[in-house]
Amino acid sequence: MNQNVFWILLSAMIINNFTLMMFLGLCPFMGVSSRVGTALRMGLANIFVLTITAICAWALHNSVLQYAPYLRLISFIVVIASMVQITEMAIKKLSPTLFRQLGIFLPLITTNCAIFGLALFQTNKGYGFTQALAYALGAAAGFALALVLMAGVREKLDLADVPDIFKGTAAALVVAGILSMGFMGFAGLGR
Amino acid sequence: MKQTTPHADLMRGIWRENPVLIQLLGLCPALAVTTSVENALAMGIATFFVLLGSSVLVSSLKRFIPAEVRISTYILIIATFVTVADLSLEALVPAIHKELGAFISLIVVNCMILGRQEAFASKRPVGRAALDAVGTGIGFLIAMVMMGGFREILGNGTFLGFSLFGPNFEPWVVMILPPGGFLMLGFLLLGLAWFERRKARAAKPEADAATPERSAA
Repeated sequence: MNQNVFWILLSAMIINNFTLMMFLGLCPFMGVSSRVGTALRMGLANIFVLTITAICAWALHNSVLQYAPYLRLISFIVVIASMVQITEMAIKKLSPTLFRQLGIFLPLITTNCAIFGLALFQTNKGYGFTQALAYALGAAAGFALALVLMAGVREKLDLADVPDIFKGTAAALVVAGILSMGFMGFAGLGR
Repeated sequence: MKQTTPHADLMRGIWRENPVLIQLLGLCPALAVTTSVENALAMGIATFFVLLGSSVLVSSLKRFIPAEVRISTYILIIATFVTVADLSLEALVPAIHKELGAFISLIVVNCMILGRQEAFASKRPVGRAALDAVGTGIGFLIAMVMMGGFREILGNGTFLGFSLFGPNFEPWVVMILPPGGFLMLGFLLLGLAWFERRKARAAKPEADAATPERSAA
């Protein structure tokens, strides 16, 4: 059981990295990966929201959705939107400094498809509570890792002599492609 | 907001403000399911349906939606149409539905659709909103088919399942693997930028002649 949980965590983090292997959460990946500092903060905020969402999605899946499966999409998106709202209010109350640092990134998490994707994949795979928690932690850590790696490369890329026409998103996408190739090397690691 | 003609509303999304290639919205599906033309088409059509349906509904309900909860309302409307699309695809083409998997459900969080509701459908009459949705949907479909086409031709040597190059073609397997999606979109954007620059240069040859060292760079 322990082994199993560890594999789920590792697999979600590097082997099936949410961003580089499954293309989830690309908007923040492209949007906030220009500086390492903001990338790290965004990653941490995501770990928080992903974990809470995973718990809520698990609870929903095992209660209401047993009787009304067609409400899955609607109930998940409502839960995610309200979770983000509650997190935002809680952080604002508890730590105004952190709230100012996160700024616009907090509400943006609602439309991060990694979170919605996590809720869907986790129920599709039929994970139990501990497994779901491990999956969420792994996915969030993988997202933060990809974001920070990407930001590191892009900071260097700003200083490099890139052809004018290739600057900006095109170069960033090719960098992401090369990072993704690197992550494919982990594919032999697990099952 | 400035007035636009119906024709401009329709054409805007197709090319000049193409959601994927110019505005870089809705990238997740554009990269994840474009491993073959067939999948790309199915995804494009499903997104088209959801966008059109929710634009018309949002536009017709705009008087009744309170401003404070408008985003949640839009998301709920979108989620309803996605549920319809999801269940119909499952019933009509189960093979493709299985291949696309959770990405059909992920249309809910496609920022392109929410963006059109917030920027356009919530402020305009129903007819215009529908035209805008049709244009944006076609633009998305074009981008998806371009991505899917290039990736399938290079990565598999086929187009819609028909073999193009004969048995001696060595497929570029990387193109249908995840890195290929990033690389293909990167090069597609590069090609577009190159094309735009050529066009701009052809339109203004005298400006180019004045600064020859810049054109050489």
